[in-house]
Amino acid sequence: MAAPDYPGLDTLALHAGSQPDPATGARATPIYQSASFCFPDSDYAASLFNIERAGHVYSRLSNPTNAVLEERIAALEGGVGAIATASGQAALHLAIVTLMGAGSHIVASAALYGGSHNLLSYTLPRFGIDTTFVDPRDPQAFANAIQDNTRLVFGETLGNPSLDVLNIPAIAEVAHQAGLPLMVDSTTTTPYLIKPFELGADIIQHSATKFLSGHGIVIGGLLVDSGQFDWDTSGKFPTLSEPYKGFHNLVFTEEFGPAALIQRARKEGLRDFGACMSPTSAFHILQGIETLSVRMSRHVENTRAITAFLLEQDEVTRVGYPELDGHPDQALAAELLPKGCGAVFSFDLKGGREAGIAFVDALSVFSHLANIGDAKSLVIHPASTTHHRMDADALAAGGIGEGTIRLSIGLEDPKDLIADLKQGLRAARKAAGNS
Amino acid sequence: MHIEVDGHGVYCYTNSRAIDASKPSIVFIHGSGMDHTVWTLASRHFARHGNNVVSVDLPGHGRSDGPPLTSIEAMAAWVIAVIDTLTIDQVALVGHSLGSLVALECAATQPHRIRAIALVGTTSPMPVSDAILDAAEADDHAAFDMLTQWGFSKRHQFGGNRNSGIWMIGNTLRLYERSKPGVLFHDMRACNEYTAGVAQAAKVRCPTLLILGAEDRLTPVRGTRALQEAIPAPDVKVLPGAGHTIMVEAPNAMLDALHSVL
Repeated sequence: MAAPDYPGLDTLALHAGSQPDPATGARATPIYQSASFCFPDSDYAASLFNIERAGHVYSRLSNPTNAVLEERIAALEGGVGAIATASGQAALHLAIVTLMGAGSHIVASAALYGGSHNLLSYTLPRFGIDTTFVDPRDPQAFANAIQDNTRLVFGETLGNPSLDVLNIPAIAEVAHQAGLPLMVDSTTTTPYLIKPFELGADIIQHSATKFLSGHGIVIGGLLVDSGQFDWDTSGKFPTLSEPYKGFHNLVFTEEFGPAALIQRARKEGLRDFGACMSPTSAFHILQGIETLSVRMSRHVENTRAITAFLLEQDEVTRVGYPELDGHPDQALAAELLPKGCGAVFSFDLKGGREAGIAFVDALSVFSHLANIGDAKSLVIHPASTTHHRMDADALAAGGIGEGTIRLSIGLEDPKDLIADLKQGLRAARKAAGNS
Repeated sequence: MHIEVDGHGVYCYTNSRAIDASKPSIVFIHGSGMDHTVWTLASRHFARHGNNVVSVDLPGHGRSDGPPLTSIEAMAAWVIAVIDTLTIDQVALVGHSLGSLVALECAATQPHRIRAIALVGTTSPMPVSDAILDAAEADDHAAFDMLTQWGFSKRHQFGGNRNSGIWMIGNTLRLYERSKPGVLFHDMRACNEYTAGVAQAAKVRCPTLLILGAEDRLTPVRGTRALQEAIPAPDVKVLPGAGHTIMVEAPNAMLDALHSVL
């Protein structure tokens, strides 16, 4: 007798975590827009506060709509549990403050989203948590940077801005040999393109604002726990393996086993730092996840069409997509990301800053804004916006040229996107000729 | 709490409390391949309600040392040895699946030590399919997959956990994956070979509660008739929507049901 198959990704994306609403029979997950929930009697209330019953007390701690989203992303990633947070940044912060305190250290890829880099570089050091940044393409660099007080290894599945493919199996091995967990930001890949837990990662962070919700209408984050890391054996995580005075000396590994991390993050971090997700946001993200596979496959298909077009253009000097010849991670991408490398990439224009500005201003289908992962195609010129304070040398150190353009490819008809890009290239050529 | 029984270290979850001789005691016994964490909610609840709670890790499981025991009778004797070590005279036993058979055997053989039993996700006999036994003997992950999937009702294949943020399928699978090699096989074989359950049930004299999942596919309700008929005046609660993993699928309903004997 063969074991039955688990439900597939597409099915989980539609159903995981949800049941028809027990109160009304509503098939769609209702938005439980309520700050708090009534207790039928005092003993029931006490049992909820003391983690004896399943249920909800106050929406900063848990909420029925958010719970569906949390269970759904945990199912899609193959973890034990998840927490929905106010933003992707809140999810990153929640993981860090659950695992460590002042005097701790993180080893992180140098190729991170700017917001994550800011948190690790400038903000957390004020609270006694330092980070060493290393080349994401060099697992040995991660190993070399680990210190006695290191408590986390962190990287993005596809690094920013050059789409460095994180060698999750190799870096997970480095982390595990040192008794440390590997956390990855899988925002640009989603569980449709990569399953980091199957490759050895222990924790996943998402900005659900991007491809998971998929329509640019909501801010939200998700923290997912694989349940695979053995916190007791590591011995480096007293927040999980020693009594917690903030909850009657509860020892999270003792009481929750594989779910120790995500339970501590909820019972302490969500409770005390309070960066919870709005139930309405959770509803919107759930709607997005229902079509995740359909959208992601089209995002990738369109991206391949656009990169192929750009490669042929005289005005373009480089197209940085890991599937293309010349990208240093082409082979690793084929191994770890066979379904595609997402829909966000950058390319370089001849003519530098002026050409980049002219290109962006000439587009009409692409929206000029600071976001990625929308159903609509997006564009930004880093040298004149997100990185405008940097000179050419500083930009180059970050892998960005003055003529670098970042695109987030949406779901439009690719012929219309190409027509729009032709308008931009014409303007860029003109600007380059005038400069 | 760590104690020693038969020369091996034993872990018992006690809600961080010492055993108080003035309080009634409840021992929780997990199912095959599991550990004490399946009882966290219930044990916390009954600890707050004035009981000594002792949620054991059977030998070789969770945080307990030693080789896994190979028969329900041996496990029952071990449970009695645990309460002897803790100097508890009389206990109520709550067991799930394999643990329910251990509780039943204890009640039949040590009636003066057992004041009540609650059998959760139970039946007897408890035959185990060759597919599961073979996979478990080979330490094949397919054993974990079969038990995880068939352990939940069809509706819960997609979760719907009332315990926020926990993917119930994933957490159960991870618990199986944490079991030491061979442990699940010994447990499943012990269930399969325990054929004395109905006869032992007839000897039970203490209040007995059966908590069954209406959609249990591993120990279906219809298979419990012989057990129900053998036990004198059992209290039977069938929880709608629940499969075999009742502590996860219906934690609140199980808690409410347990109050009838605890």
